[in-house]
Amino acid sequence: MSEQLKVKTMQEFMAEGKQPEILFWVGSAGSYDDRAKKISRAFVKLLNKANVDFAVLGTEESSTGDVAKRAGNEFLFQMQAMMNIELLNGYEIKRIVTCDPHSFNTLKNEYPGLGGKYDVVHHTQYLKELIDNGRLTIDGEVYKGKRITFHDPCYLGRANSVFEAPRELLSKTNADLVEMKRHKKIALCCGAGGAQMFKEPEKGDMDVNVLRTKDALETQPNIIATGCPYCNTMMTDGIKAHEKEDTVTVLDVAELLANSQGL
Amino acid sequence: MEYLPNILFVIALVLGIGFFTRNVKKLTRNIKLGKDVDVSDNKPQRWRNMVRIALGQTKMVVRPVAGLMHIFVYVGFIIINIEVLEIILDGILGTHRLFAPLGTLYDVLIASFEVLALLVIVAVVIFWIRRNIIKLQRFIKPEMKGWPKTDGNLILYIEFVLMILFLTMNAADSQLQQLGAAHYTEAGAFPISQFIMPLFDGLSISTLITIERTAWWLHILGILAFLNYLYYSKHLHILLAFPNTYYGKTSPQGQFNNLESVTNEVKLMMDPSADPYAVPPEDAPEPEKFGASDVMDLNWVQLLNAYTCTECGRCTSECPANQTGKKLSPRKIMMDTRDRLEEVGKIMDANKGEFVDDGKQLLNDYITPEELWACTTCNACVQACPVSIDPLSIIVEMRRYLVMEQSAAPMELNNMMSNIENNGAPWPYNQMDRLNWVNE
Repeated sequence: MSEQLKVKTMQEFMAEGKQPEILFWVGSAGSYDDRAKKISRAFVKLLNKANVDFAVLGTEESSTGDVAKRAGNEFLFQMQAMMNIELLNGYEIKRIVTCDPHSFNTLKNEYPGLGGKYDVVHHTQYLKELIDNGRLTIDGEVYKGKRITFHDPCYLGRANSVFEAPRELLSKTNADLVEMKRHKKIALCCGAGGAQMFKEPEKGDMDVNVLRTKDALETQPNIIATGCPYCNTMMTDGIKAHEKEDTVTVLDVAELLANSQGL
Repeated sequence: MEYLPNILFVIALVLGIGFFTRNVKKLTRNIKLGKDVDVSDNKPQRWRNMVRIALGQTKMVVRPVAGLMHIFVYVGFIIINIEVLEIILDGILGTHRLFAPLGTLYDVLIASFEVLALLVIVAVVIFWIRRNIIKLQRFIKPEMKGWPKTDGNLILYIEFVLMILFLTMNAADSQLQQLGAAHYTEAGAFPISQFIMPLFDGLSISTLITIERTAWWLHILGILAFLNYLYYSKHLHILLAFPNTYYGKTSPQGQFNNLESVTNEVKLMMDPSADPYAVPPEDAPEPEKFGASDVMDLNWVQLLNAYTCTECGRCTSECPANQTGKKLSPRKIMMDTRDRLEEVGKIMDANKGEFVDDGKQLLNDYITPEELWACTTCNACVQACPVSIDPLSIIVEMRRYLVMEQSAAPMELNNMMSNIENNGAPWPYNQMDRLNWVNE
């Protein structure tokens, strides 16, 4: 239990007759997964620090259906999407931010065709915006001299061409950014996408996350940064497989920023 | 008898182009077996993609060695076609070096063809070494055994021989020009074939004419034969890369299409005034099949993709599943799709244009569920393809069939999906606990 976070739901905003600046789509991982919950909390700390008037859907939020769609269950995806769209449109949501590139991708690209048209941004893009607008300042020496390598989540980078926002944020921490051999458009997947997160891998001679962590370890990093709760899990497991958990940590960009400000 | 060569030439030309036209018709028919898909959007973007990716080879040079060598062969192919035009006109009209009056420009043209021919030979030799001596990983994957390997090498042999014939023809020609042989007017510059000329020292004019004519005929007949080989080969990409890059995906890579047939059903389910027990009207069309189990369930752009694939394997070498030893190979997905489509086409040929069920389909008989479930949908294959092929869209379409028509997802995925159905999350947590993270 740390200090109290200021989080208001859309219902509360409605009761007050107000609209938030932005809706924070927490996502299933960010809501339930122990590791990902810490990312949600770190992001909220930054939002609170920047005095952003944001809302969450709380218990009204439901899976975007993204993972069902990648698994081939278009039916379940569209059921989820239409339910969510009805809710979001009912609240007249204009802008959405999320820490999950998979939610980001489907909300941004696949919901419009079903009637859900919103301005959707990834949390790294939104944090960069807050910094650019002077609402949030990142400084300090916490990560000075630390080597950080950024793993591009497929659905943020290759799929939606967001490469610079997370890197710019990381450079604000005064850490040394080192790139893996395969990065940006040709970054290797962490192995979680396409519903792999929820099943055992097919027979092979290695797990994808172990291979990707090898890429990361080749840069001799202190920290592997990423911007996706699933990548986070995969890379963390990969570090354990390489028995490097004592020397290398995996952190979300939001966590790095929050830590750098002692939040 | 004077016109015999002209007549023979015209016959060869008509046959060559005639067979080619027949194959193009078959190709078009097979591609049209695919479902309709709207690709009328983003025209300026599509033209830009074609110019940049197909004409400009921008994605080829991502791998510099193969990219540069490929540009030699590609530019050689395009430019030397000007020479082929002259050869065809000479053949029909019985003239020799019809374009010679271009003077200096002609010399420059012929000289550049020769340089390109040499570069093509260099590239082809390097390509052959990469395939057969160095044995690059992506050229020796399981799906490359047998015909695909032979096909790849045959193309290299044909190109090599065509270029040698072209240079031999020029060497004999320039020797004849120097000897002042009738009909062989002095024209052209021969920076490369001059090195072959010493081989012809001391040969009589008639022998030289025989060599020149033989090389000339074999060269053009070889080109016509190669044109007809395309349909049976992975080499179709030299033509189809252009339409394929035009019709390639223009939306963000992460965006999958929303199935319209599903949208209709979901809307009906969510409509409170809809009668769930209503009997469909007698004339209602048969409900559409969800996803794809055979090539006819794919759309025509996906089938065009399959014919465009030249089996370079860049997709497979970038695939995380393939790199970690799984059976999935995006290239194999494309090759299987094409092989099955060809099979369907042959059944149609044998049955007066009608497809007769042969008890086989793309799923299981060609592509196994194990391959399909290994995909992480990361789009690395799509990114890697130098001609905008999208193997991922086929994988997803087949997963849709497995899940929605056959309920044949792996058990863990079924659990995940029923969790979403029951409590709105892929894990079995209560939806009422969704905000607990705030106070933990």
